[in-house]
Amino acid sequence: MTGNETAAWAALAAGAEVMFGYPITPQNEIMHYWTRMAPKYDRGFLQTEDEISAGFTVCGSVQSGKKAFTATAGPGNVLMQEPFGMAEGMRLPLLAIIQQRGGPSSGTVVYSQQEVTLTTFGGNGEGHRIVYSTATHQEIYDYIIKGFNTAWTYRFPTFILGDGYQAKMREPLELYSPEDKGIKMVEPYPLIGLPGHIGEDREPKHLCNIYSLEEELYEVVMKISAEYEAISPELTEYQERECDDAEIIIVSHGVVSRAADDAVTALRAQGLKVGCFRPITLRPFPAQELKNCIQKSGAKKLLIAESAYGQLFRLVRQEIYGETVPMETLFMPGVGIIDYDIMSKIKSML
Amino acid sequence: MAMLEPVHPLTPKSWYLPSKPHKFCPGCGHGIVLKALGENIDELGIQDKTIFGCDIGCSLLAWNFFACDSTQTHHGRTTPVMVGIKRSRPELITVGYMGDGGGYSIGSQHLLNAAVRNEKVTLILVNNTNYGMTGGQMAPTTLPGQKTETSPYGRDPEQTGYPTKGPEFIAQLTPDSAYVARATVSKYNQLKRFIRNALRNQIEGNGFSFVEVLSTCPTNWRTNAQQTWRFLEDEMEPYFPVGELKSPFGKGDK
Repeated sequence: MTGNETAAWAALAAGAEVMFGYPITPQNEIMHYWTRMAPKYDRGFLQTEDEISAGFTVCGSVQSGKKAFTATAGPGNVLMQEPFGMAEGMRLPLLAIIQQRGGPSSGTVVYSQQEVTLTTFGGNGEGHRIVYSTATHQEIYDYIIKGFNTAWTYRFPTFILGDGYQAKMREPLELYSPEDKGIKMVEPYPLIGLPGHIGEDREPKHLCNIYSLEEELYEVVMKISAEYEAISPELTEYQERECDDAEIIIVSHGVVSRAADDAVTALRAQGLKVGCFRPITLRPFPAQELKNCIQKSGAKKLLIAESAYGQLFRLVRQEIYGETVPMETLFMPGVGIIDYDIMSKIKSML
Repeated sequence: MAMLEPVHPLTPKSWYLPSKPHKFCPGCGHGIVLKALGENIDELGIQDKTIFGCDIGCSLLAWNFFACDSTQTHHGRTTPVMVGIKRSRPELITVGYMGDGGGYSIGSQHLLNAAVRNEKVTLILVNNTNYGMTGGQMAPTTLPGQKTETSPYGRDPEQTGYPTKGPEFIAQLTPDSAYVARATVSKYNQLKRFIRNALRNQIEGNGFSFVEVLSTCPTNWRTNAQQTWRFLEDEMEPYFPVGELKSPFGKGDK
């Protein structure tokens, strides 16, 4: 099936109760499949007036205790940064599926990896978000299920970062119920609209996202930062391959990591010592794990390959600050990268 | 000398007393609107299931005004947050509270589309003809010729159009099951009745409920008490007619 259909099935299996969405390519079919399934499984859907509204209705829905989600791309992702910021500031367990399209502006409706900066650090906050970058349809399914649990366990807005290729191409995968795999789904709970009589059983719950004094906000942001940093080690995920003796390590994420994986296989067959490292979580970033790879291999070079003009590169550079290994780049903004592209680049680096 | 007993003014049960006295400027109309809302929450017995959502602007000063569960949102975004809550938990009574800037300008697309969809939420929009919190800028409701910080020579309708008549356009967008009215803080009993109808319409599950309330802003109008009331009654009320524009509860009340 397609990645978008996979996403709808995953949300259903994860127990998502309602989707709020607004049409934008290439994520539309998530809504299409969801709206076909929703009435049969007693789930909700609303097509809102725009992405701002889709994000804020999700904020309201999760505040009231429902497992809600949305999906968007490109300019829609830009508009949703406002509600995503509210989710960061109020610690709302919002889940959004981002199917990256070309940018800037309306760009293309097809594909890119150009929403990395926006999804990881968008908004007027500090990037207190959890971002999973998927590479296969199986991962779209797995990480949407995992993502709902992450969101409701840690209450940081959680993102499944896919792209137009993953959204539209067809690929086999295994669908499953989480309980069949021993995955316990975290039950949602309300933040407002609580049971009990106010004044007798409980105090009223006043949720706040704006503060009178600098010091009040400072305390809040420092507390959120400390909590985010404390949970980061248990959240970071990555994959590495053939890095133990690699002279060159290819760093890529998402669908491009599949090309890197193929390139490593081909180059190793030619006797070249090449490995690859893939951050699965872009936020929090597996910085120490990448540093370990560099150090244990004694790699002479890194190659950062991405379908963007340096968004992953900037992320890697800031995260492994202090490492002196030279970095080369393969930037192909808005177009796909195949193993041949990476192999050619590697050979030019030798 | 005998100690004098402190005087406790009568307050609605649904008011949250630790946040009193409230933070609105002297002469501001918000307190009157919130009193009318509080008394209605008491009389309808909905305190435990009311979700009060406030917009950014002066209305956000009401974020902990009630002993009801509440949430702050962003400027203009209270409507979709209330829609998200109501659609998720229909048993809750969602009350969105906003100013004319939040409702008619930055959040107008949400207000319009929520009205068209006949969302079963209650929205109260306080119209004081300017952006109070940010320091008195021109609002969609600023009257022709009215001076504000961003219309220092008076609002020129040739340049910036005429004031938004919210209830009038919302009445055009909504089906008969909606409730749409304009009240004023100068007519308390009527204001209270309109808010009650707007809550009742949601409780009965009929449809969208909207009350615009004409209110005062002496701080930014730079008016004394007499000038404030004169502006409300003699300038605003003739331009923004008070009354029920649409009511499932019988003939409109002028």
